[in-house]
Amino acid sequence: MVWGGWDNFWAMGGYAPFVWGSYGVTVAALALEIWLVRARWRRALAEAARIRKRGRESGMRPAE
Amino acid sequence: MQTKVLVVGGGVWKYAAPNLFYPLAGKLIPWFAIAATALCAIGLYIGFFVAPTDAQQGESYRIIFIHVAAAWMSMFLYLVMAFWAGVGLALNTRLSSMMATAIAPTGAIMTFVALWSGALWGRPTWGTYWVWDARLTSELILLFLYLGFIALQAAIDDPRRADKAGAVLALVGVVNVPIIYFSVKWWNTLHQGASVSLTKAPTMASTMLTGMLVMALGLWMYSIAITLARVRAIILERERRSDWIKELPERA
Repeated sequence: MVWGGWDNFWAMGGYAPFVWGSYGVTVAALALEIWLVRARWRRALAEAARIRKRGRESGMRPAE
Repeated sequence: MQTKVLVVGGGVWKYAAPNLFYPLAGKLIPWFAIAATALCAIGLYIGFFVAPTDAQQGESYRIIFIHVAAAWMSMFLYLVMAFWAGVGLALNTRLSSMMATAIAPTGAIMTFVALWSGALWGRPTWGTYWVWDARLTSELILLFLYLGFIALQAAIDDPRRADKAGAVLALVGVVNVPIIYFSVKWWNTLHQGASVSLTKAPTMASTMLTGMLVMALGLWMYSIAITLARVRAIILERERRSDWIKELPERA
């Protein structure tokens, strides 16, 4: 390891707020994006399932 | 019954039909996600544990590994978005337009990350978070183009009309990408030129460059994975009344 200890690593030569601020916000942004996309997909799937169910109940299912 | 393939002809073109693309994308996502995770891990390892301290900037330069990768992706994703939007406009293919819609939020996030990391890098090296120079301003305009594209599409109820309006905006905005890229050459800016590594010792330059390239590849794979995931959601939202979705298992 080029740092000579984890304390030095986290300190980033005095630039810790800038370096970790960059990477931290990036990780947070990507994590949020993944979470939002997953939620959107689940919502869309549930909505499609509801439409399918409603169609079946009311006999609106199109002819094969 | 499953809807028949809408596009005539076999081969890879059949995947232009949303009902065939949906499961294909589902199969591809894990592979791109794994590649993204592995490449980002390797890139960060090189960036933080292999690449040496910069002689002039100390450790603050390590922001480069996320900053440059995100900035490259922000421009590249815009071109890809405009390409698919243009194809959708010209050929009236639904999936092309959906791809453009799916890319926009990721492009906006990459642009935001490039601007944010650039601000945090600018403070210790230039003495300021922000300056209205050509490179920074044109990158900010890129963010507004992405946000404008998203807002415009969200404001139009009919998806096909939203696709067309968005495509026009995306295509007009393409002119901004070369402006960003060449801004450091065309104008006298505070932002440095294309590479910071060429003036340094060769070994140093190569590890820094490798870290940067691997991170860029990692974000590229991430962008593909997340875009495929988002386009699957968009396909479900738009095609939910079509037969093939009714055939879909409850948890596909």
